[in-house]
Amino acid sequence: MSNDGPIQDIGEKHLVVPGTTFRKITEAVSRVTENPAPRGWWIMFLAAVSFTGVLGLAIGYLFFRGVGVWGNNSPVGWAWDITNFVWWVGIGHAGTLISAVLFLFRQKWRTSINRFAEAMTIFAVICALLFPGIHVGRVWHAYYMFPIPNSMSIWPNFKSPLLWDVFAVGTYFTVSTLFWFVGLIPDLATLRDRSVNSVRRMVYGFLSLGWRSSNRHWQNYERAYMILAALSTPLVLSVHSVVSFDFATSVEPGWHTTIFPPYFVAGAIFSGFAMVMTLMLVARVVFKMNDLVTMTHIELMNKIILATGTIVGYAYAMEFFIAWYSGNEYERYVFLNRAFGPYAWAYWTMISCNVISPQLYWFKRLRTNIPLSFVISIFVNIGMWFERFVIIVTSLHRDFIPSSWGYFHPTPTDIAIYMGSLGLFFTLFLLFIRWVPMIAMAELKSVLPEASAHHHAHEDHDHHHAQPAKAE
Amino acid sequence: MADVHNIPLTRVGPEGASPALVLAEYDTPAACMHAAEKVRDAGYTHFDVHTPFPVHGMDKAMGLKDSRLGWIVATMAVLGFSTAVGLITWANVISYPFVVGGKPPFSIPSYAPVCFELTVLFSAFGAVFGMLGLNKLPRHNHPIFESDRFRAVTDDKFFVSVECADPKYDETLTRTLLESTKPNHIEIVEDNEP
Repeated sequence: MSNDGPIQDIGEKHLVVPGTTFRKITEAVSRVTENPAPRGWWIMFLAAVSFTGVLGLAIGYLFFRGVGVWGNNSPVGWAWDITNFVWWVGIGHAGTLISAVLFLFRQKWRTSINRFAEAMTIFAVICALLFPGIHVGRVWHAYYMFPIPNSMSIWPNFKSPLLWDVFAVGTYFTVSTLFWFVGLIPDLATLRDRSVNSVRRMVYGFLSLGWRSSNRHWQNYERAYMILAALSTPLVLSVHSVVSFDFATSVEPGWHTTIFPPYFVAGAIFSGFAMVMTLMLVARVVFKMNDLVTMTHIELMNKIILATGTIVGYAYAMEFFIAWYSGNEYERYVFLNRAFGPYAWAYWTMISCNVISPQLYWFKRLRTNIPLSFVISIFVNIGMWFERFVIIVTSLHRDFIPSSWGYFHPTPTDIAIYMGSLGLFFTLFLLFIRWVPMIAMAELKSVLPEASAHHHAHEDHDHHHAQPAKAE
Repeated sequence: MADVHNIPLTRVGPEGASPALVLAEYDTPAACMHAAEKVRDAGYTHFDVHTPFPVHGMDKAMGLKDSRLGWIVATMAVLGFSTAVGLITWANVISYPFVVGGKPPFSIPSYAPVCFELTVLFSAFGAVFGMLGLNKLPRHNHPIFESDRFRAVTDDKFFVSVECADPKYDETLTRTLLESTKPNHIEIVEDNEP
């Protein structure tokens, strides 16, 4: 957290609007959890809860009738459910990237956005974990996924990437939750100390574990935080790599390729940043966080979206090249079929959303335009969903023998479960921004110029007036 | 030193309790760090600094040794890796060997993902619970919570606390030492607990 000189000394921009004090940060962030929720929150919450109800009904119906209520059928045995799984896991990756990778690179601007990006990770992974769980068909046997001694004396197959997935995503969820909670402890203590009624004092007091901001504690705390960041960085790269092994280790044209791990990771970061952007812009407007989440943040995020979007575009092109270069006629056919076959509409939706739309961010005017950032973030979310759909469904729908060709049609249950998972995600997210400090207060305070022990209050005060904040 | 006696002093805590610690409040990290240096140089060992966020350089100002957390995490990493190797070997080589896809039961490449994940998982548990263990948290009943002014520590105030259990502690001398660091306020926190 506090690891080097004041921001202006090393020529960086202000991370928050100049003149922001410790007290202002505490007030701006804490009041969201203390004041009655704005009407916008209630409208979104009721909508999200309704969709969560749809999810419950659809899953109940699925359990009652079996996976036949989905559109999956030979040859397309994996369809919406695994698309949704990969999409949700991918979205989660941006949270870890912001909280861990940018931390290790000392990108201090992350402090305004890391908390809700981490929350987003956890909720996205919850939505992701739902899908393999309900996809097993006989859900009462879902525990077969875990290496638990059982009466049949059989064990899971540790050579299967599907089992690696259980370990990778399970570890990812656990470590992300721990990382998030560790970051929350000082801020929960802030809410505890500000609380005016005993219920809040009890709940936040219990959760903050008796934190007393002791420097002897901060020392171990900062070390723990750094170690968790260092652990999460290879972890996040491993998770989507392992997810891509589900495909890459199979001998299936369109899946069996070595580019998958880096390509999946780049796509995951891309989609996750887009989701962070969507949520951030909404939270910024609804809760008036403009002083803490500034145009600088939006612009930097858009630059990352541009960079990862371009990497994803490169991967699409390279897949085509390798398909041609391999000389394998099945491999070539799968790719031509992707772009020009019955699913061409999905393929070109993907290309438009993921490759073309972020290219607008080469222009500074466009990447600092808030309505456009919101629209493109939605496009990227849609495009990345289609990427997974295209990879999964187009590779499967025309098997080696033309008699095994088919076309996947989603059923209402498929659609209801997907929409419901969005409802679950937003329900959790809205509860989070209502009851938990959505910006990491202690971390944000530590990057103010005033946080340095070598800071001279009056000089800097004048300096602020001489140079008012600009976006850049 | 003319204004030393102008610094207000209050006593807080339950009736009839004995002093547990002395608490001095500051407005800036710099003032707090200078105070920590003075207390350290005066030879105190049972003292602490409380800041809303970690202040760079404070460990040195307090004379703290490096955190031992890394050793806990390293131990847990080894344990996690060994657990994974043991689990896979027991499950797929000894207890239930089963040939899938023509691969031998003992196949090192297929060990990699699960070994990596369990190493990370155990290390993360080591980092979080090791940190809480070293900090002796959770602890909800510390005497310092008797002070109402101390609630600002999670907002924008900085504190130095000296425990009465410190061998160097003396009510007058410690108070004079803290007054010389020009705090806003000094409190003697009393509590029934040791």
